[in-house]
Amino acid sequence: MARDFAWIRPEPHGIHVAPADIWIDPSHPVPRALVTHGHADHARGGHGETIATAETLAIMELRYQTREGARPVQYGETIRLSGGVDATFVPAGHVLGSAQILLEHAGERVVVTGDFKRQPDPTCPPFVTTSCDIFVTEATFGLPVFRHPPIFTELTRLIDRLHADSDRCVLVGAYALGKAQRVIAELRQIGHRDPIYIHGAMERMCQLYEEFGIELGELRLVSDAEKDAMRGAIVICPPSALNDRWSRRLPDPVTAMASGWMQVRQRARQRNVELPLIISDHADWDELTATIEEVDPAETWITHGREEALLRWHQLHQRRARALALVGYEDEDD
Amino acid sequence: MERFAALVDALVYTRGRNDKLRLIARYLRDTLDPDRGWALAALTGALDFPAVKSSTIRAMMQQRVDPELWALSRDFVGDTAETTSLLWPAPDGEHDPPPTVSQAVALLSAMTRKSVQADLPQLLDRLDPSGRYALLKLATGAMRIGVSSRLAKVAFAQAFAVPAEEVEEHWHGLEAPYRELFAWAAEGAAPPDTASRPTFRPFMLAHPLEESEIDLADYAAEWKWDGIRVELVRVGGETRLYSRSGDDISAAFPELTDVLPIDAVLDGELLVRGSHQGGEEGGAASFNALQQRLGRKTVSRKMLNEYPAFIRLYDVLMAEGADVRELPWSERRTRLEALMPRLPDSHFDISEIVSAPDFAALAAIRESARDAAIEGLMLKRRDSPYVAGRKTGLWYKWKRDPLLIDCVLMYAQRGSGKRSSFYSDYTFGCWNGDPDGGADLLPVGKAYSGFTDAELKKLDRHVRQHTVNRFGPVREVDRSLVFEVAFDSVHASKRHKSGLAMRFPRIHRIRWDKPPHEADRIDTLRALIRD
Repeated sequence: MARDFAWIRPEPHGIHVAPADIWIDPSHPVPRALVTHGHADHARGGHGETIATAETLAIMELRYQTREGARPVQYGETIRLSGGVDATFVPAGHVLGSAQILLEHAGERVVVTGDFKRQPDPTCPPFVTTSCDIFVTEATFGLPVFRHPPIFTELTRLIDRLHADSDRCVLVGAYALGKAQRVIAELRQIGHRDPIYIHGAMERMCQLYEEFGIELGELRLVSDAEKDAMRGAIVICPPSALNDRWSRRLPDPVTAMASGWMQVRQRARQRNVELPLIISDHADWDELTATIEEVDPAETWITHGREEALLRWHQLHQRRARALALVGYEDEDD
Repeated sequence: MERFAALVDALVYTRGRNDKLRLIARYLRDTLDPDRGWALAALTGALDFPAVKSSTIRAMMQQRVDPELWALSRDFVGDTAETTSLLWPAPDGEHDPPPTVSQAVALLSAMTRKSVQADLPQLLDRLDPSGRYALLKLATGAMRIGVSSRLAKVAFAQAFAVPAEEVEEHWHGLEAPYRELFAWAAEGAAPPDTASRPTFRPFMLAHPLEESEIDLADYAAEWKWDGIRVELVRVGGETRLYSRSGDDISAAFPELTDVLPIDAVLDGELLVRGSHQGGEEGGAASFNALQQRLGRKTVSRKMLNEYPAFIRLYDVLMAEGADVRELPWSERRTRLEALMPRLPDSHFDISEIVSAPDFAALAAIRESARDAAIEGLMLKRRDSPYVAGRKTGLWYKWKRDPLLIDCVLMYAQRGSGKRSSFYSDYTFGCWNGDPDGGADLLPVGKAYSGFTDAELKKLDRHVRQHTVNRFGPVREVDRSLVFEVAFDSVHASKRHKSGLAMRFPRIHRIRWDKPPHEADRIDTLRALIRD
């Protein structure tokens, strides 16, 4: 029997599940939404009902100041939607609360990954491979040049630089949700016990992580600190603050940035980064292709990123794939 | 190789000139011969490995990576060496340890066109991504890491506390790995003997004239010719021709290497004789004609006959054993004029002094100059010694005002280097008739400069939002944006569909306000041909 999957359709503003009239990660307000994770391009505010993990809902509440319509689900829990659609939230390993969403209808299975990675991350449970007919994947780092090194080697370079310039500080630009907390948690794991200074815009997100049991050690606000106290310390701020006037209060900072884009030299140069740290919360090329081979879907849908290259890979490996051209997804800062 | 790779990476990520100087100086002090000499040669672009070119690397990758994946990756990264360093598959099994810089140079030199496809991969297998990047950059000679050869020389001077001018002067007669240079600077040995060899002497350069007026009692004016600045050196009977950057271009202009009858160092403009491209009868042709002769390793008899080169002399640095660089310009000019009768006029003439009663009259002369081979005027302080580089107040260049035309943006391509993610290379066109009567745009030129970083961001956004078609890395945009394009001259050209080729086109203004149908027509541009 030919399957047409007419019940699930990519629209410009998100993926629509018709029998349940529900959207996945829609980019504009809808009556009912399933949200994979808390990054702003996936979790918009203003939906009537929002189904997501408790962590994602807490992140959205922090951002949009409301819990209205929030319906929490747990990892592994299957909920029945209207129209005979079942939805199961499966860990994606991307950030705190991030989930792939498995949708089942009439014996057909579709997995929407949102964003994901396969490298270990102390702030969220690891990606779980789920078999399906259609695998809806991201392709943020979907070019064969992207191979993220283990985070340990990158953090070692960070610590080495800290020791080499002990009267300066190292200022690390890191996305305020996910990347910053992962970098802090990983630094703690490799034994960095000193206080870490953070930009005010990250304070509440770090508190939220701690409330969910992620230990971040001693954090101090840059705004409360004396300049001299920060010599030899790690300071973390959102990427937008790296070259901002804000950083003038720091003691001669070495500018670092934690991002998968840092693999490309000129990307680092464009951001005036002196110490590029290749740390990503997305799957690199090898992870993307290995995951697709593991999941072995009948067809892959690619939501956003470098879709041309991943499409080409499918063609070379005799696999079916299509690019969805959804609007509103961003990847500039990770 | 690891230390060199670390230096290259550090230089990539360091912005400040002083920080770069410190990094290079430290490397040169802490590294032994001959590694540091080879590294210095790499940084100054002095290495050449005939078997290893960018095309060699592309061919090597074509055997390992799907062409489409390669093209997409290369387009995103913006650099062939870096794309290769990242895409290179992790080798199986055991490999030799990373080579030293000298070992790498020896291996690269030994490669032939036949062996390179087998040898280069073996070398890459011994390195990590950073080492592969540094090696490929070194091998292809295009470092593009924000280090000019001048900066490297200043760093050398700083590393060993020797005067930069002396470094520049001694440098040129020497070959990598510059053992004599290091022996002199680092160990206090006698300076390398360059006086008895036909080496390059650094050029004296000019600042653009920004003052509204200068006193012609202090300054002499002469034409600035639109050729290429050259230095002709004869020492001990051996003659060499050097370009502005100090490259030896003797092989491309053999007719000039046996016509200088005395030992001398002369500064002048290389031009091509002929009236077929404009210019006075028997005088200089436009730059367009000279271009036929540039960038050639060898030159055919036909080329020599059709585009005979000569030098229009500006200055004399040395003559018959005397170094006259310390003398004032007026004195050197007298000596140059005295030399002229001894030089064959088939290959030499002198750049005439332009005399004017006052500055306003000079400005009028500059405006009325219509010769295609004239770029503008030079103003030289009459008492200026000949000093290397640009020294404030001594020499000024006063270019003719550029020509302007309104064009419509047609295609955009991403840049390389620090512009690798931005659509920064623009192809624009003019109308081939009445745009309201169904005329079409024909491409007339390409420009990459003339806009600020903020404007680049805005242009990049415009291109992304107005794309109507994609051809590989090229985007076609809708015809909605007008550029006011500045250019130095325009020539007839068979190579372009429009039949026209602009010289030095750059974006003068972005006319966000101007409707595209009001942009200029091809006829308007054609009327500006002076050939």
